[in-house]
Parts: sequence; C-alpha cells; structure tokens
Amino acid sequence: MLTSEQIERKLDKILLKVQKPGRYVGGELNSIVKDWDKVSARVAFVFPDIYDIGVSNVGLKILYDQVNQREDALAERAYAPWLDMEALMREHGIPLYTLESKRPLACFDLIGITLPYETLYTNALNVLDLAGIPVRSIDRDETHPVIIAGGHSTMNPEPMHAFIDAFVIGEGEEVIHDIINLVQKFKGLRVETFEPANLPTFKREDLLQELAKIPGVYVPRFYKTSYMDDGTIAAIEPTIPDIPKVITKRIVPVLPPPPTRFIVPNIDVVHNRVSVEIMRGCTRGCRFCHAGMITRPVRERSVEEVLQAAEEAIRHSGFEDLAFLSLSSSDYTDILELVTKAAERFAGKHLNIGLPSLRIESVSIDLMEKLRENGRASGFTLAPEAATERMRRIINKFIPDEDIINTTREIYRRGWTTIKLYFMIGHPSETLEDVQAIADLCKRVIAEGRKVIGMKAKLNAGVSTFVPKSQTPFQWVSCDTPEQIKAKQALLRRELGRDRNIKLSLTSAEDSYLEAWLSRGDRRMAEVVYSAWKGGSKFDAWEEGKKYDAWMKAFEEHGLDPLFYTHRQRRTDEVFPWEHITAAVRKNFLFQDFRQSLEGQIRVDCRLNCFACGILPTFAGLRRENPGDVWKCPDVKSPARTAISEQLPVVGD
Amino acid sequence: MMRIRITFSKQGALRYTGHLDLHRLWERAARRAELPLAYSQGFHPQPKLNIAAALPLGFSSRCEMLDMRLEHDIALDGLRDRLQETLPIGIQVSSIEVVDERAPALQTQVAAAEYEVTLTEAIDGSDLKRRIDSVMESASLLRERRGKQYDLRPLIEGLDILPDGKIFMRLTAREGATGRPEEVLDVLSIAFEGTRIERSRLIFQS
Ligand code: SF4
Repeated sequence: MLTSEQIERKLDKILLKVQKPGRYVGGELNSIVKDWDKVSARVAFVFPDIYDIGVSNVGLKILYDQVNQREDALAERAYAPWLDMEALMREHGIPLYTLESKRPLACFDLIGITLPYETLYTNALNVLDLAGIPVRSIDRDETHPVIIAGGHSTMNPEPMHAFIDAFVIGEGEEVIHDIINLVQKFKGLRVETFEPANLPTFKREDLLQELAKIPGVYVPRFYKTSYMDDGTIAAIEPTIPDIPKVITKRIVPVLPPPPTRFIVPNIDVVHNRVSVEIMRGCTRGCRFCHAGMITRPVRERSVEEVLQAAEEAIRHSGFEDLAFLSLSSSDYTDILELVTKAAERFAGKHLNIGLPSLRIESVSIDLMEKLRENGRASGFTLAPEAATERMRRIINKFIPDEDIINTTREIYRRGWTTIKLYFMIGHPSETLEDVQAIADLCKRVIAEGRKVIGMKAKLNAGVSTFVPKSQTPFQWVSCDTPEQIKAKQALLRRELGRDRNIKLSLTSAEDSYLEAWLSRGDRRMAEVVYSAWKGGSKFDAWEEGKKYDAWMKAFEEHGLDPLFYTHRQRRTDEVFPWEHITAAVRKNFLFQDFRQSLEGQIRVDCRLNCFACGILPTFAGLRRENPGDVWKCPDVKSPARTAISEQLPVVGD
Repeated sequence: MMRIRITFSKQGALRYTGHLDLHRLWERAARRAELPLAYSQGFHPQPKLNIAAALPLGFSSRCEMLDMRLEHDIALDGLRDRLQETLPIGIQVSSIEVVDERAPALQTQVAAAEYEVTLTEAIDGSDLKRRIDSVMESASLLRERRGKQYDLRPLIEGLDILPDGKIFMRLTAREGATGRPEEVLDVLSIAFEGTRIERSRLIFQS
C-alpha cells in the first residue's frame, strides 16, 4: 500500500492538471489530524459526491466530531474525486486517500459512507473501487476495512445490500460509538500491517455478526429475501439467531450540542456557511415528504443553545453565512425570539443569516425582514408544492391560494424583487388541470408583484417531479409515466415560458426515474446498480457523469423491468423490500394516512393532535426518561412495559 | 481608519488556493480574530483587502503581502499570535506593521519578484548552466502567450543556479510586464511538472 509521502509526491505531479486542485489537498482550518499510532480505531468518513458539496454536510461533521472527541479513535474525510481527477488518479495508480493524513482509505478500520440521496449509489461503488477495496461485501476479508453506510436513503438499504457490510438506520450520534467499540474489541489482536505473514486473528464474519446485534444496525448478509412469482417479496427473514427481525432506527432522545468547528475550505464551495440545526423532525405530516416521516419525533434546541453555538461557530470559522437548519423553520417554537436575538447579536458583522422552509404567512416576512437588516437581501423562497385544493388535500399541505397571493404581494411590497416558489408535479392522481393551476397561480403571483413594483418583479418557479419514497404514506403509489411527465412539463413551458419575468426550472424525467427505481428498489436492484456503474454511470446527479443508457442496459442484462419499480401501484398487502427496516412510524399508520389522502382528508399538525404514528410506543422508554418540552410528542405516562412487540402490524384492506 | 500590512508565507495545501479564494480566506481570518475589517459601501459591501501580487496556483511563497484596512485603530502587540491562531497551517504570518493610510495601493508598488525553483526530477547540471548562460546572453526571447507575442528577455532581471542546486530567478512584476517562471523554465527546456516553485521575495519600488 502506498504511504502518505508517496501519495503526496504523486499528487504534486498531477494536481495542476485538474480543475480546482484545492479539493484534493485538505489543510483546512478545523480539520483534525491526529497521531495515527496513538489510537486504536481509525475511521474514514466518505461523502461520495464532490468536495464542493460534501465538505459542508452537517451530518458527516457531527460524526467527524463524535469520533475525534474520543482519545482512542480518529476520523478523517474523503470525497469523490471529479472525473478529471479520477482519470489521473487511476492513470498514476493513486488510490483514494483521506485529506487529513493522505493515507489510502484501505488502511482504515472502518469506512463510513453517507448516502443522503440515491444518485450517490454508483459513486459509492466507485469510491470503494478507487480505494482498491473490493466493491462487494462478500469479496472482502479480514484485511479490508468494515464498510458502513447511513443517511436518509438507507431507510431502504436493499439496492445497496451487496456492497455495504452494515447500515446504520436512523441517527448516528450514539451508534457510531457502539460500532467503534466493537471494532476495537475485535481489532485488539489485529495486526498492524496487512502482510500475509501476519494473519489477523479474528473472523470478519464474527465481527459482522456482533455488529448485527447492535440496535439500529442492519447487516444485510444475515437476512434472506424470498420472492413471489410476480417478483414481489414473500418474506424477509434473519438467517442467524439473536438478531432482530425488524431493525428499528436509532434516535438520540435529546439533540447533543451542535458542531461549532466547521471545516473551513480554502477554496470556494457550494455552501460557505455555518449551519446550526435548530430542530430535528417535523410534525406537519406532508405525505410526500420522506424526511418528515423518517426523522420523527420533533426535538428542538433552545434559543440560547442555538445562538451560543452559532456565535462560537462563526468565531471559529469566520464564515460569512449562517443558516438555521430544520425541516420547517416556522414551526420552531421560539422562532421569533431566535430571529430577533440573532439579528441583534450579529448586527454589523457582515453576516448573511438564512432561514429555510418558512411557512406561507406574513409572519415569515417579518422574520426575513429582521434578518435582512443585518446582511444582504437574500431571495425569498416558499414551497406551496401544489396549486389546487384537491391536490393540497391529497398531499396534506393545505395552503389556500389567497394566503399565497397575499403573502407574495407583501413580500414584493417590502422590497424583495425575486420570489422563488417550489412546486411538485406527479403527485398521486394529479391531472393536467392541477398542473394548469400551478401555471395560473404563478401568473397571478407575478401579476400582483407587477402591481406593486412593476416590471422589477421576478418569479422563479422550481417544479420538480414527485418520487414516491419508502416509509411514507405514498410508498404504495405509482409514478407518473414518461408521457404524463412530458405532457405536464410541456404545459408549464407553454404557459410560463413566455413571461420574461418568470423563470421556470424543471427536473429531467430521467433523473426522477433513477431516483424512483432506487428509492423503492429491492435486493435485485443491487445487480442493476453494479452493472450501471460497470457500464460507466457515476455522478448520477450530474450531466457529465450519468449514463442513462448504462442503466437501461443493466436492467436488461438482469432481466428486470424498470416499470416494475416505478409504474406499479403496490398491493395493499404487499411486503415491501424495506419491510424489515422501520423509522418507527408504523406501516398501518402510513396506510391509514394513504387512505385518508385518497379521500382528500387533511391531517393537522400532530403537535396539536397526536395521531399515534408509532414513535411513542417504540421509544416509550426514551420519552419517559425525557419528559416535557424536549419532544413535541405527548408525554408517556404509562409505566414501563417489559417488551415491545417486534411484530409488524398487518395491513388489511 | 488604520491600515496594516501583513507579510506571510503560503505553503503546503494552501499552494492550491487561488487569488480570489485567498481574499476570502483573509476576510474570514479577520472575522475569526475579531479585527474590525473595513468594508466598502453599497449593496454588496466588499472587505478592504489588497494583496500585493497574485501568486500562480501551485506555487508556494515565503513573502506574500497584504494590506488590510480597519475601521478603527487597534493595538499591534499580540496581534500576530492572535491572527496566527485563526489561520490554516499553510499560512504563517511573519510580520504585521502599520502603514500610512495615504500610501499608494500595495499592488501598484511591486516591481519584481524572486523565485526559487527546486528540481524534483534529475537533469544534467552542467548543461543547465550552459542553457542559463545562453538565456542571459541573448538579446531577446520572443514567445507567444495566449495568442500574443512578447519578449521574455527584458523581464528576466536575474537567472542563476544557487549553491543548493535550486534555480534562482528574478523577474519583473509590473502591471503589464510580468515575467512568469514557467515561461523561463520552458526556455530552459525544464518540464514544469518536474519542479517546485517558491516565491522568495517581492521587490518594491523605492
Ligand atoms: S407520536 Fe404523535 S405527536 Fe409524535 S410524531 Fe407521532 S403522531 Fe406526531
């Protein structure tokens, strides 16, 4: 294996030939370089997208800190090299290395890959390959690192089951320590070099078996899937004793202190900012929203904790942007206090403060105004998602037209010239009339804007295509066909393309399909992923990388039909590929919610009325130990029960 | 208002941080060190920072210089350490001094720059000396860069081999008349890839 010095020498020769060589050299403020020989567990965290995107990811930053805070472990980082760099690395025999110590990934004990979205799957394979690590889990032996993965897309891990040794389901803050402890235990006797003469003294299989016993950890090789004749799943069963039939996500009962020492890149990246998570989870219950369903319960940080962390993080990073993160800023209990105090505290510091996901109401404008006084006027973004009453009821995001018109008019009036509105097409049962309503609404918004500020008024309409996700009420529904998507997008182009002050952006249907196959794919999709990658597809979210043809060929090669995954309404009693994974929101709750959607029934914010989604019985113990305001779910009063049933609820029709 | 001049080195990973990103780096360093960095007025306020001379990507330097305008006077003692603490390892501050507010802009004062080139791939030394001599003896060295012809020779103020084997160059660095070390290497038939270049001194108009 190459040493860091050898890698650095080789890098010197090629770095000036690539775009943005600063992506590949590390040396950032707040990156942590520990003494390799003084720790007993070494972890490499990988964000399998380019540095420019990965470096500001908060999830990975949390884990990086968690591990580096330990005296007996270290964590370093790696990202997917862009195509130009990859070609040169392969040509010069440079394996993928970490930015901190420039060591090859292959010499770490544990590699943690984050998979927040499905378009990174081929990249994850590519990363392993570039690191010289066998891509398939079964081909790895005791000399190879253990490969774990986490992130939102792993709520259905099956399309990646062949490549990842263990998936972390849910929040990683605590479970990463359980995993490291276990690896250390096994490694206790492990030799420090991988020379064949020094055979390791433990079996990889034993380590993986122990991993599978950690709550929230899914080790796919110990589960077996059987299929029905029609290709749907008959059952998913554990193949060894003492591991759970269903893996329940891990959560932290109270959000730990947020990171305050952000990596400060020495080059320009996508988000040059400090992000402080103010709240995790969402109680709104929008039926299309994967994040909203899988990150329950809602837990908030206090205003003081958020502000202190923000202040500290700005002091340690010097960043010019600060963002308060959550799925729905307006729902943060003390949002007004937070914004008022933030505006005060950071006055005159030349900081831009961002507040994403605001509700469509006038209060949001007051909030944004407070923040604007402080820095530059950033754009105003709102997400109505749909434009007819019927659709809004179906997706459970009900915002009347009048609220949208009044709010946007007021935004223009108070000095913003550009408003960005997000919509989605392809919601279940959507028709062309529903899409026409999106166009009409945009026209009304811009017309109102013109009344107030004339031709200066601009509107950006971002219209994406809905992809049904696992673990949501829409996991049963079919995607729109390519013809439907084309017709809907053509309508929008025709209706909105002519107004120079409206900028319409659409997502390509192909991108949506790729996401759709994978988000509800089964184990058989793993071979498709593999062949698509072998066929040259990678960076599937990038025009320069993805190869749709390679995906199509891969389906053909394995005798699978992409339409099986996309254009098929699931049977009500269908066993899903992710049936053995749960975000603690019960399947029968989701099904009931799906039914209500078909009937156009709204479900209010569950802070107002708990719908018993399943969070409380699953985490009753945690809730009991952490009563009161830390969670937005009701308190659990009943005494502790001894065991919680692991049986899945049966859904009938 | 106060104007301070910072001299610093740029090494290691920071060799791959370009001119604009370096501006950004100093703006952030000022915020971290809680210096009252002054900003321009207007809709997009810009920090008042001036870097003496852009350093090409991949070069290291022992002698970069930057002027920073502060909103009010501050004490200089302890400042170097305070600032150093907030900088990435590739940047080392060697000195900070106060400059007259009305002094001309730093960039306009640079006259020449010196470079040291380390050869990372072996070449024939005796032959190199001969090539250097022939460059220095030539009356002109016509070359083309970005489709424009120019004479490199008058931009070379000095060229030699140092006792440690490095190549030394002193090149003019005035606006519109900037000598580039890689061009000189090319004339000497040395592959740029087989070298490491460090800027060792900036020479200012006196
Ligand atoms: S348990 Fe009740 S309050 Fe908590 S997330 Fe589920 S539905 Fe909402």
